[in-house]
Amino acid sequence: MSSPTRQIHLAAHFPGVNNTTVWSDPRSGSHIAFESFVHFARTAERAKFDFLFLAEGLRLREQRGRIHDLDVVGRPDTFTVLAALAAVTDRLGLAGTINSTFNEPYEVARQFASLDHLSDGRAAWNVVTSWDAFTGENFRRGGFLAEEQRYERAELFLRTASELFDSWRGDEIVADKESGVFLADAKAGAFEHHDAHFDISGQFTVPRSPQGRPVIFQAGDSDAGREFAARSADAIFSRHSTFDAGQAFHADVKRRLARYGRAPEDLLVLPAATFVLGDTDAQARERAEEVRRQQVSGATAIQFLEQVWNRDLGDHDPDGPLPEVDPQPGENTVAQGRASVRMYEDRLATARRWREIAEAGKLTTRELVIEVSGRQAFVGSPATVADTINRFVQARAADGFILVPHITPAGLDEFADTVVPLLQERGVFRADYTGTTLRDHLGLAPVPGWPVHAV
Amino acid sequence: MTGPTAPGELRLAVALDGCGWHPAAWREPDARPRELFSGRYWTELVQEAERGRLDFVTIEDTLALQSSRYDGPDGRVDQVRGRLDAVLVAARAAPRTRAIGLVPTVVVTHTEPFHVAKAVATLDHVSSGRAGVRVRVRAGRDEAAHFGRRDLPPARPADLFDEAADYVEVMRRLWDSWEDDAEIRDVATGRFIDRDKLHHIDFAGRWFSVRGPSIVPRPPQGQPLVTALAHAAVPYRFAAGSVDLVHVTPRDAADAARILRDLRAEQAAAGRLAESLRVFADLVVFLDDAEGRAAARRARLDELAGREFRSDAAVFAGTPAGLADVLEEWAGAGIDGFQLRPAGVPTDLTAITRGLVPELRRRGLVPPEYGAGTLRGLLGFPRAANRYAAAPPEPAAT
Ligand SMILES: Cc1cc2nc3c(=O)[nH]c(=O)nc-3n(C[C@H](O)[C@H](O)[C@H](O)COP(=O)(O)O)c2cc1C
Repeated sequence: MSSPTRQIHLAAHFPGVNNTTVWSDPRSGSHIAFESFVHFARTAERAKFDFLFLAEGLRLREQRGRIHDLDVVGRPDTFTVLAALAAVTDRLGLAGTINSTFNEPYEVARQFASLDHLSDGRAAWNVVTSWDAFTGENFRRGGFLAEEQRYERAELFLRTASELFDSWRGDEIVADKESGVFLADAKAGAFEHHDAHFDISGQFTVPRSPQGRPVIFQAGDSDAGREFAARSADAIFSRHSTFDAGQAFHADVKRRLARYGRAPEDLLVLPAATFVLGDTDAQARERAEEVRRQQVSGATAIQFLEQVWNRDLGDHDPDGPLPEVDPQPGENTVAQGRASVRMYEDRLATARRWREIAEAGKLTTRELVIEVSGRQAFVGSPATVADTINRFVQARAADGFILVPHITPAGLDEFADTVVPLLQERGVFRADYTGTTLRDHLGLAPVPGWPVHAV
Repeated sequence: MTGPTAPGELRLAVALDGCGWHPAAWREPDARPRELFSGRYWTELVQEAERGRLDFVTIEDTLALQSSRYDGPDGRVDQVRGRLDAVLVAARAAPRTRAIGLVPTVVVTHTEPFHVAKAVATLDHVSSGRAGVRVRVRAGRDEAAHFGRRDLPPARPADLFDEAADYVEVMRRLWDSWEDDAEIRDVATGRFIDRDKLHHIDFAGRWFSVRGPSIVPRPPQGQPLVTALAHAAVPYRFAAGSVDLVHVTPRDAADAARILRDLRAEQAAAGRLAESLRVFADLVVFLDDAEGRAAARRARLDELAGREFRSDAAVFAGTPAGLADVLEEWAGAGIDGFQLRPAGVPTDLTAITRGLVPELRRRGLVPPEYGAGTLRGLLGFPRAANRYAAAPPEPAAT
């Protein structure tokens, strides 16, 4: 390869509340107990990962009006877990998903600036925009936001929060005991912001944090989401982990940057990636099949089918063929609080395609669901996985990956012990941290205006 | 249960804020004003409180810059300004401590009960049952302007306390919205939870409606401790109806007895039993082993501040033994425990943990070790029953 070797970024996604996470395995531990988070974070830090990532959903998922009970359900509060993890890690970045619809900028800016202080510069904010009225039922304003306004609000929310982060320059606290001057500027933190969504003014309470502001992530796929990322984010969390889709997505969002006066290296593309390792490629493939069967039980296959069919299929046999009846068009009334609903918007076309696959392969319903509901991004021996990840990054299918293990909390251990050393040997992943902040790890330029005072 | 504490025992907490409660305390030689925004600073203070076997710390907070005025910033530059979020500070200290209760302050007027309930539940998970929350109402126009969502103060100030009561009710329901054994991991049926043990809370009130359930499983204590500071009739009514522990500010033992009478009357009116509410008295303390030195320090700090120190709480300046006498007297009036506000940190914090506590221990007024594993346990509360759990079947008549 003629161009210089690209360095890989790696991050660890704490296993989430969907069927990727296998809870039925005997090795599966608590996804709530703090020890699980400590185990996971320490593995990621031992492996010199860039950051740990927490997703968030503000309403438990429901299917046909009942709380969905087949996957892991429930998770702890993002900010609280990350602040506690700051006490048991030293370098690992701490990235939290926080919604821009059911929060207010003053409070969120305060929380992220506090986290950045308490972690000595390791905070990141994944700005997500879920707006639905179903989630809104847990909040003061209810489902107040129209779908098409979600990124408008996110954009203004982030702009407002950035003004709050910038409201302290960083040199205000002098704390001179002799003269009795604590603050060099009585107006420290002063701000005023008026737009269609936020009409606020006053003084912000948190002095400028070590990174100036948290690293900003975006995790949406729509055109509006990509524009938002190109304009305002430091990194994109994408779902395009295959080679071709990854390259296309990578090129697409990097192309959008110039419009905002930004360079390609100002925005990192980090797809979510699952993985299964084995001593040999064949063993890994076998294990991967087994994991897929764990992830898609018969009951899970039926509920998955219901999301596309938009019907009650409670009596359907998962070990028989697909239902004869076609999906019900119109508003999806079956599943609420989940992103996958929108992934299959053309339900009739999806059903037609699935019937073809099932007939061709003589697949039962459950087998079909296993077939179509996504497979692990990286399957193989440590050497194969290391080479594949490296090939993807060198070919710009990604700038790195946010790894999503399927076992809590030890699902990252094997990767840390076997794949990471190979990447380090190949000189494409850091042998140790060279900086202290998350911006350092990600190779992002310091936020303008920071640091204000030379030490 | 016989009562909140073993006979003759009293409970102790400290209120942490900046470099201490005197506005000039940051200028003391041992003060660390430049470290106020670091995790290490707060962790070390909580660890010191834990060395003194204090029952809990509270962490002060508001959603505005500190001010000597009630209605907005005062423009002063000679006092500590700026604060970190108290819940995050408490969470940062949790893994580095093992037994002390952690009670951050949360403003309820501008925040979401759903978010705060899950944050406090999570603090309880990360601290293995040591979380509480001190709820606080804020009527200021300046703080309201930070959110731009409501006009304050309201026409009827008591509305803010009625809203706070709804807020606490929503938090409590959310904490109960998962039964303890909701997670079943039943491989045979493929079910991770028993959804009959998760509950929509369906709260609908004047200020907000919340559907639930929480996204966080029930916290280890069942119900983390809820506290509030109260100075007058309306907040007494709120506290008597809603919280587990109320901080009050008596001037002396007789005043303490009067406040207790008012509180108990409100409690009875709210239909709550006396033992469901702990009453703690707040005092600002300047401590020194040598007679007269604490008062001299107070005078010196007042001079630096340019005015005499005043507080909503009684101010004590003297020796740890002298303070122990006061606490003993107030405890005799029926006060369950004390929240001391150290005038200067670390001086008065270490005087509490290394001077006052040994003195109280000599008098047999505080236990030598942490006994209970949870904050509720330290305060003599049983683990909270779940309002949604089906009552256990009656034992069959024999
Ligand atoms: C990889 C990935 C991860 C996501 N994680 C979350 C999450 O943790 N919480 C959330 O509320 N939304 C999450 N989202 C969804 C979106 O951010 C959000 O729902 C948004 O409205 C969808 O944006 P879009 O229309 O641009 O795709 C995620 C999306 C992607 C692609």
